[in-house]
Amino acid sequence: MRLLDLFRSQPKKSAADTAKERLQIVLAHERAGNSSPDYLPMMQREILAVISKYVDIDEKKVRVQLDRQKDMSLLEVDIELPGPSGESIRARLAG
Amino acid sequence: MAKIIVMTSGKGGVGKTTSSAAFSTGLALRGFRTCVVDFDVGLRNLDLIMGCERRVVFDFINVINGEAKLNQALIKDKRLENLFILPTSQTRDKDALTKEGVERVMEELKADFDYILCDSPAGIERGALMALYFADHAIVVTNPEVSSVRDSDRILGVLQAKSRRAELGLDPVQEHLLLTRYDAERVERGDMLNVKDVQEILSIPLLGVIPESPAVLKASNVGQPVTLDDKSNAGQAYRDAVGRFLGEDIEHKFLKPEKKGLLDRILRRSA
Ligand SMILES: Nc1ncnc2c1ncn2[C@@H]1O[C@H](COP(=O)(O)OP(=O)(O)OP(=O)(O)O)[C@@H](O)[C@H]1O
Ligand SMILES: [Mg+2]
Repeated sequence: MRLLDLFRSQPKKSAADTAKERLQIVLAHERAGNSSPDYLPMMQREILAVISKYVDIDEKKVRVQLDRQKDMSLLEVDIELPGPSGESIRARLAG
Repeated sequence: MAKIIVMTSGKGGVGKTTSSAAFSTGLALRGFRTCVVDFDVGLRNLDLIMGCERRVVFDFINVINGEAKLNQALIKDKRLENLFILPTSQTRDKDALTKEGVERVMEELKADFDYILCDSPAGIERGALMALYFADHAIVVTNPEVSSVRDSDRILGVLQAKSRRAELGLDPVQEHLLLTRYDAERVERGDMLNVKDVQEILSIPLLGVIPESPAVLKASNVGQPVTLDDKSNAGQAYRDAVGRFLGEDIEHKFLKPEKKGLLDRILRRSA
């Protein structure tokens, strides 16, 4: 089924195909009730609290990025640590 | 000095979100740092039209409630360096838009952007009022159709009475007419109001006429604002409207039906 899909869409994916695929992904997440996950703000605050126990961080230097895909979502938390060279550590959470 | 633009209409489904995406893209293409903000709380759609629906983490309401910083909610467009999207919440309701909260976010955006474009929801309730309240410019999206023209007139009245500029007695909000879904053939047959009629009735300056175009549906399917479609007449019309907004003198196109000669038809078939 998968393989067939792959072949079928190989020549040229129509705009309607793209629309369907985009909707399937976004609706799957919305129906699951995590369209704009309400746990994210709290999770972010807790991550920040833990990190600030060890280092001084600027809340503005924290970026949370998400990429929803069919089977999983990739959540990236970027935290820039202070320091002369402004090195940054990056935590990656997938789920 | 940053400017706030509201894309408004009163009536639903006339093309505000399409136009917000297209116009903000056009401004960014001209090199302006632009942020487009979705005010349609509970019915998020701008993210889909901009093609960033998979990347929404935090939203406008999170920022208003202090649950996230503005820079964490802003989504950077993948195509244009200068373009950012502030998505709205899909799960809350319009009451989440407080005037103080919206003002705080607008002030913060003004410090960082040249243009802030607010995509208004339909109606004249809280969401629509908040979208227009802080505006310097209002683009009134209108279809050549009686109920749409009437609702545009109504929203002009609201702009003149309930915007921040009106309440504080400042210079009024600058109004611009954007006539969308214009079908020159039906106009020519006398089945549709023409641009002159609409402009005469609303008597505000004409920013542009966007033709009814299949390219708009295609653009929304793939999440790419129609402005980026070089070949479509709707894309051209939006780019011209942006030029006029910036003060350029550009002739209005697509007001007459395209000539459908034999050669045209053959060319079209092979295109
Ligand atoms: N120039 C055009 N040619 C063809 N279709 C168009 C054009 N402009 C808009 N549309 C279509 O009209 C419909 C409504 O557009 P859109 O969502 O932009 O309206 P809206 O004013 O934002 O609606 P709402 O009031 O619900 O927020 C969409 O299906 C869109 O593709
Ligand atoms: Mg809309």
